Amino acid sequence: MRTIRLVEKTGAFAENKDVARALRVDELMPALERGEEVALDFTGVDAATQSFVHALISEALRRFGGGVLDRLLFKSCNEPVRKIIGIVTEYMQEGLAPGE
Amino acid sequence: MKIYIPNSAFLGNIDPFLRGFDPSDPGTLEITANEKWIAVHPAVLSMITALGLTVKPENISCRKLEARSRHYLVRMGLFRTLGISSDISIMEHEPAGRFIPITRIRTSEELSNFKNEMIPLLHLEPEQSRTIGYIVSELAWNVLEHSGSEHGAVLCAQYYKKSNSIRIGIADTGIGIRASINNSYSAETDLEALRLALKPGITGTTRREGGTEQNAGAGLFFIKSIAGINRDFFVIYSGDALYKLLKSPAARPRLHADPFDDRHSRAEGLPRWSGTVVGADITLDQTAGFSALLDAIRVTYRDAVRERLKARYRKPRFI
Repeated sequence: MRTIRLVEKTGAFAENKDVARALRVDELMPALERGEEVALDFTGVDAATQSFVHALISEALRRFGGGVLDRLLFKSCNEPVRKIIGIVTEYMQEGLAPGE
Repeated sequence: MKIYIPNSAFLGNIDPFLRGFDPSDPGTLEITANEKWIAVHPAVLSMITALGLTVKPENISCRKLEARSRHYLVRMGLFRTLGISSDISIMEHEPAGRFIPITRIRTSEELSNFKNEMIPLLHLEPEQSRTIGYIVSELAWNVLEHSGSEHGAVLCAQYYKKSNSIRIGIADTGIGIRASINNSYSAETDLEALRLALKPGITGTTRREGGTEQNAGAGLFFIKSIAGINRDFFVIYSGDALYKLLKSPAARPRLHADPFDDRHSRAEGLPRWSGTVVGADITLDQTAGFSALLDAIRVTYRDAVRERLKARYRKPRFI
């Protein structure tokens, strides 16, 4: 499993969407496209905005569908971060057209 | 342009201040103020600064301020940010209070620095700091990504001991909500654009459900929800339209996907603001747990997406 540690790049408050884009484009999507299992490691991240989480993972859900959550894992998330990830994964899956 | 700083302009009574703003002659700015007292919301200071940044300093005139509270404008950095002098002196030993002075944010790096250096000035509890940081970040990103503002975002905040609340104002002189939303929608009025922008999942970057890879169209909905759950004011002003979320009398206000279903006031035909202004009050001793807030947002957001998808279903025809 490939682990992407966030805190070195995001700090304790993950809100920088430029950082989210870089993580998505340079690390997350290439790993998922290779069929790898990926863990996003939120150790040390106290808070994240919905915009950050969306910019980080929505493309993965769009491209691979809800099934990507079988191999995209979220490690060491506190409760608010878990809930924000839950909101983003839920509205993305609600909005996916059949077959997406 | 002419702007008058009244003796009182907070979100609850900001409408007369907005109606008194004169946006004509955009090459000059004349600032006048009440002679006796000045007590204004940070959104008012952000607006004045944002306007001033569009004008050469030599074309800004500020009539001599007589109000006893005029030093507040100096402490918040109004004259320094605009590059104009004031004849107001402040004593070094005057208490600084808990405030974030007027700050410009033009890049994500400036926003990160702001978050790290300025928010601690408010001396908040971690949970409260998280909420304020969340609001500032989402509002500033909106400006950076959607406003097209040459001068970036102008923001400031103030802690009010009596009400134990933080008041935040952010203004830009960019393209405004309607032009931004109408990259994907066709709002006919500024007010309709505000209504769309406050709905979850509506973004000017696409009509596609779920947004783009970089934008979901949820930031303003989240912030309105934070204010709503906490029974606080939230104001957004763009073009000639104003939307104001009013304090809810309910102990546990419900969140609504359509901002017009919230307890609110709205106005059209105001002096045109070329850009966007957002003001929010967050009362700290009634700040709902962030986690509980997210539960409420999740349900409202999900239902809004379902409603939109349902509206697109083809209907059976019965003959």
